[in-house]
Amino acid sequence: MDETVAEYIRRTVLKIPRDEIKTMLQEWGFLSEAQLQTINFHQIKENISQDVVQLCEDNSANIKQAAVLDVIYNHIYPNKRVWSVYQMNKTGEETVIFDLTDFKKKFKRGLRSALKNVTINFRVYEDNAIWIRIAWGTPYTRPNQYKTSYVVYHSQTPYIFISASVLKSNLPLLCQALVAASNYHDIREMELRSHSLNSLKDIVFKRYSQNFQTYYPKPLPERNVAPESDLRIIDENKSEKERIERVNREIFGDGPQPKLEFAQYKLETMFKSDPKMDVLDKKEPFRCLVKFSSPHLLESLKSLAPAGMADAPLSPLLTCIPQKARNYFKIREKKSLLPGSFVSP
Amino acid sequence: HLAASLPLPAERDHLRPRIDMIVFMIDIKSKYSLKNVEASLAYVDASFFLGKVCFLVTGVGRVNCCSIEMNAVWKLGETYCSPVLFCELEVEGIRVATAQRLLRMLQICAGHVPGVSALSFSSLMRKSAND
Repeated sequence: MDETVAEYIRRTVLKIPRDEIKTMLQEWGFLSEAQLQTINFHQIKENISQDVVQLCEDNSANIKQAAVLDVIYNHIYPNKRVWSVYQMNKTGEETVIFDLTDFKKKFKRGLRSALKNVTINFRVYEDNAIWIRIAWGTPYTRPNQYKTSYVVYHSQTPYIFISASVLKSNLPLLCQALVAASNYHDIREMELRSHSLNSLKDIVFKRYSQNFQTYYPKPLPERNVAPESDLRIIDENKSEKERIERVNREIFGDGPQPKLEFAQYKLETMFKSDPKMDVLDKKEPFRCLVKFSSPHLLESLKSLAPAGMADAPLSPLLTCIPQKARNYFKIREKKSLLPGSFVSP
Repeated sequence: HLAASLPLPAERDHLRPRIDMIVFMIDIKSKYSLKNVEASLAYVDASFFLGKVCFLVTGVGRVNCCSIEMNAVWKLGETYCSPVLFCELEVEGIRVATAQRLLRMLQICAGHVPGVSALSFSSLMRKSAND
């Protein structure tokens, strides 16, 4: 077995939390159950990984087989990577039945026609998600297994989730190959990025609780619930608080919000100041970047008004994020008689 | 009675009992909190400032998150002749002790302690350097 393969397997096993190593190796299926029984999974990880490498040596693992373990790891821990969402378009109405073998063949051909040195792995999961792992090389070097891109494609949808590696230059080639393999026409980036792959899926597949314009009758269920706070405390602003809760619920819905870490607004608007101040007399757009970051951006936006830190309703620029399925925006001046700003596609 | 700012909503005027003491809470982490208190002070009748107002600065356990100027707070206390108390609500012991202090002050403001009036709080305001 190649020593690069050995080292790769060793490093991959070291990434896995110790309690999960056995289950992941079982899912991998490369080592037999009998072989797995010989490993002591209670020793330190360094030693476990050495044992695993030794057994893989006995089975003569190659890099493609080793890569499958990496796919399994990333499928269970996708949140360690940053994912971007892309949408494919096709003109015309022909519905082509999706054929996995055909897709795989065309994809490999598409990539390999431009770059011979790539390692490509496919793995399909029950939710119709096709996971593709690509390790990139150059025309003169072997694929670097530590510089990988991941693609997740749900074949019944036009959406593709890509976690590119540092080698951004390979992105156009990757997109081309995906479009050709899936029989679409073109692909565009949706300006939606996050660590949480599931939240991105929730947003584009509209799986989160949405703010339908439902009429909320006087809260009947609440009468049967014991009052939360002491009856001796009287809130003077109760009606305002209730209004805020209601408005918040209308905007954000009742369920948990998809998990995003950033919202970024690139402003190319004119600076509006007191005319007496005469700042920026060149009438040029004031370029400015506003970035919101949070461990869970949408939940924190939802809690701003009830916490008294912002007025309700919040700016639509913030609340439109799940509906517009984007968290990177460019804001330009509205070119009309009325001053204002306008969000560009 | 809790309120986010003054003036109090007029629609509840008839439900409100006599107000004996006003505690203005200033969160050390929020500039907005100080501004809000400063704006609300304008709506307080002058008679309250004879010992029936106090400022409570919260969140002092987290000095590294301090967003307001302490000088501004001291000045506020001086301008309005009212005591400034400090506490950390997240620590139960301090929270309980502060509540007990406020309760004692409230008893005096409401006239429940014979022989002591709210006017005597102004003597707490003198800086020891001036004596």
